[in-house]
Amino acid sequence: MEIALNQPAPLLKRLTWFDWLFAAIVAGGLLFALSRYGGFMDGYEKAILLASIPALAVFGWFWKPFRVLFIAVGALSLVALGQYGGDLGRMEQAFLLKYLISSQAAIMWMCALFLLATVTYWAGLLARSDFLNSTGMAMTWVAVTMGWIGLMVRWYESYLIGPDVGHIPVSNLYEVFVLFCLITAMMYLYYEARYQTRQLGGFVLLIISAAVGFILWYTFDRGAHEIQPLVPALKSWWMKLHVPANFVGYGAFAIAAMLGVAYLLSARGILASRLPRPEVIDDIMYKAIAIGFAFFTIATILGAMWAAEAWGGYWSWDPKETWALIVWLNYAAWLHIRLVKGLRGPMLAWWAVVGLFVTTFAFIGVNMFLSGLHSYGEL
Amino acid sequence: MKSATPSFGKSLFELLSSMRFAISLLSILAVASIVGTVLKQAEPYNNYIIQFGPYWFQVFEKLGLYDVYHAGWFLLILAFLVASTSVCIWRNAPNFAREMKSFREHVSEQSLAAFKHKHEAVTAYAPEALATRAEAYLAGQGYQVKRVAREEGLLLAAKAGKWNRLGYFLAHAAIVLICIGGLMDGNLVFKAQQMLGMKKIETRDIPQSQVPAISRLSPANPSFRGSVQIPEGSSADVAFLNVADGYLVQDLPFTVALKQFRIEHYSTGQPKSFESDLELFDQSGKKIREATIAVNHPLIHDGIAIYQASFADGGTKLTLRGWNLFSAQAATFDVEGVVHQNTTLSSAAGDYTLEFTDFRPFNIENMGGEIDTPRDAMAVLGGSPVSDNKHLRNVGPSFQYKLRDSRGQAREYSNYMLPMELDGRWYMMSGVRDSPNESFRYLRMPLDASGSIDSFMRLRGVLLNPDLRPEIAARFARQALPENAWNTEIEDKLKFSATQVLALFATGGFQALSGFIEKRVPEEEREKAAETYLRILELSTFEALQIANRSAGLPPPAADDATGWLVRDTLNSLSDLFVYGAPIYLQLMQFDEVKASGLQLTRSPGKNVVYFGSLLLTLGVFFMFYVRERRVWIRIKPGHALLAMSAAKHTLDFDKEFAQHAQALDTLAK
Repeated sequence: MEIALNQPAPLLKRLTWFDWLFAAIVAGGLLFALSRYGGFMDGYEKAILLASIPALAVFGWFWKPFRVLFIAVGALSLVALGQYGGDLGRMEQAFLLKYLISSQAAIMWMCALFLLATVTYWAGLLARSDFLNSTGMAMTWVAVTMGWIGLMVRWYESYLIGPDVGHIPVSNLYEVFVLFCLITAMMYLYYEARYQTRQLGGFVLLIISAAVGFILWYTFDRGAHEIQPLVPALKSWWMKLHVPANFVGYGAFAIAAMLGVAYLLSARGILASRLPRPEVIDDIMYKAIAIGFAFFTIATILGAMWAAEAWGGYWSWDPKETWALIVWLNYAAWLHIRLVKGLRGPMLAWWAVVGLFVTTFAFIGVNMFLSGLHSYGEL
Repeated sequence: MKSATPSFGKSLFELLSSMRFAISLLSILAVASIVGTVLKQAEPYNNYIIQFGPYWFQVFEKLGLYDVYHAGWFLLILAFLVASTSVCIWRNAPNFAREMKSFREHVSEQSLAAFKHKHEAVTAYAPEALATRAEAYLAGQGYQVKRVAREEGLLLAAKAGKWNRLGYFLAHAAIVLICIGGLMDGNLVFKAQQMLGMKKIETRDIPQSQVPAISRLSPANPSFRGSVQIPEGSSADVAFLNVADGYLVQDLPFTVALKQFRIEHYSTGQPKSFESDLELFDQSGKKIREATIAVNHPLIHDGIAIYQASFADGGTKLTLRGWNLFSAQAATFDVEGVVHQNTTLSSAAGDYTLEFTDFRPFNIENMGGEIDTPRDAMAVLGGSPVSDNKHLRNVGPSFQYKLRDSRGQAREYSNYMLPMELDGRWYMMSGVRDSPNESFRYLRMPLDASGSIDSFMRLRGVLLNPDLRPEIAARFARQALPENAWNTEIEDKLKFSATQVLALFATGGFQALSGFIEKRVPEEEREKAAETYLRILELSTFEALQIANRSAGLPPPAADDATGWLVRDTLNSLSDLFVYGAPIYLQLMQFDEVKASGLQLTRSPGKNVVYFGSLLLTLGVFFMFYVRERRVWIRIKPGHALLAMSAAKHTLDFDKEFAQHAQALDTLAK
């Protein structure tokens, strides 16, 4: 009887040997980092590192493919570190570093693969080809892997430039755009597997391609990929929490907007036969906005707490803060309408699309057009 | 009849608690917030007058647009948001609490049959036996189950995810709490006092000790956010609060003294840290605390947080050497100055006020230089992330001052202490601008072989001295002409030309020369004439240099490249003097630096309320999104079972779960 009931066992009982191996690798790796570099960290940073162990392990248990990603990124990053051997000059001599896994090479691979994946997903959608869709998915996975390697190695490279220059690569517009691509792609891959639909990849990858375009322009035109030391205001452990949390929000809102586009096209009969049912698109859109809203709330609160420590007040009505509030209010209204009024359909899809413009302005526009305390990463 | 026209109170209650009103409020608040991001807030009022003109300035001032987030109408929107949220909680609370507790076991058979999500199964089990199995199943699925006896069998009423409703309470109460916390830290008390005439904003620029009590806030003030600048070795027992077009003085319950302010730099010259060594004294002068603060590391004492906010010069002492630029002499005079103070200079050209505005011990400048682009794989990859900072250089100290003439007109100057290398030659640099939004234009004065500007100054003196012109012209003519042409008419003509060129140049530089050519020479010959004049000028200047060296008791200059450049650079620089706009040049000889640290002092009792609200908000949001509230009923009669399911929010997950329960019931009933 128990078997037939299909009753989900408690999480811990469902874990396989691989889950435990993964947790052991996470714990081993992070504890090794703590023992080796603990001397350079303050108490808060150590706490963040220790808290990352259960967080990453549980995340891997919850989303199984993350385990493989984590191990692959970790292993290849270690290879890169070994190739460097503490000498930054090896970047241009060692074959692996020069062409594959130095931070800049890996990030360029990520860019190329995301662009290819976009084309492949669209070809798969138009040709109704499962093979092409699967190829697009595989490319996206490899792109995500390369991107994470790029960030990890960049972290290491920054310390090779100078022990006082080194910092986590979430400190300027270039680095957070890479982070945005990665988080958006990973969230999409999660939904793709969860809803067993690969037809939406082309839409989500479009916004990632736009970000890739920005990264390329920013690199080749502005030389923004150069690692710069942190300004005193950013030298805080808060950055490790505030910035990534924000980008879960931004990534989720971007996915929601692109799904909104898919929904609206489908509602007009365009690509309708190729796309998933509108209820499915609508459901993912809601999920994306919900998780985005939750993380954006946390990010804004963390930002306020950091501001209280750095600027002398948890809320200064700085343009970036104010626009974060506007984004928050916007999605709060969206969620109220959807949850309380139970409204569905094109109106909310349009709203999600417009929401992306509001979010984009809060993300980049504020830095471009308005001045304030948040003037890191100006264009 | 009475119920036909609902009372005003009831209508207001209905309006406040309506979803439409709540969503309108969220949208209005968002739009209103934009205003303050587009229009720079809390600028000096003069900036706004310049930007909008006097009429619109007043309109915008009345609307409170210069401090939107403290404007009455903005606070009113917030107040409505709090009211609406509170009413919403008030209205839903009893209902939700009941819902959380209730199993809804009184549901009627008809309504169960009318459910959209229902499933029927035939069973051979006795009702009690099936109920036990189903109860175990539902409990395993995370449901709380209540068994109720009904005629012909029984009813299982189950619920899961009641925390979803709790999430609603938490999130909405959090909004109210955060707004209350914000109000506690706002300036409502001051605004009330201001309206009652108990407090007044100070707009005069007077020493803080003279600010009257009506513009001072007591140390007991529960909430403030002020700033103060303290020079090294000094202290402060007040902070200044910027309000509208003036300020208030906040008396502190202690005295803050600055022992030292430090800036550390990265090897590239960018600032790495700002730190202040502070000492706190109580009112009797006893030292109560000593600490070092830095950005991101404030000191909290007695509920007041002290932050490192900015830095400035705290009155550096400057020892200067001055030259009178339009005198025929190269003599110097000495000036002593202190940053943020004024000195008067008297000269034949009138009185000037020197207002020293700033001193900078470092200046990291981008000295240009080509960055070679690698042409291999690295170029494709956008290059190395290791930045090439070779072109960044510390060019040493500089100081800034304004030179105000007797009519009150001022220009701003920025002089570097050390010479700078440009195009392979060394110069002293002095920047000038007419207004703060311009960038500096630089006067470059060439250094001589001994590394000083003395040669330049002497040569300048000789060139500006009309008495020496005949001699210069004579020497020039002799040098330029072969011996057989000496004492001829040609020599006289050449002498005349040289005198004329020198005189013209001494009145207005190259500008004067080209003006003369344009006026006197036909267009087709101008280029040639200009070349000739320039040649005469340069050769004459070389002769002037001989005279300058002679009268200074120095050996004659070598006829080499270096001298050639000295001559040309002197002429360029001298020509620029006519647009430099100051009759003097000041060279920094020595300085005794005094730094000042800008501190921000905050007392915000609402902070913990806001943080508590934030915690509730986070919990609430997660409960609302990730705890799904759903209910299951199973009505069991002999041989028959009916499963019905409902949820507050209908999602795809709900459909999936219903299908699972339906299948489970079939299995259980079998």
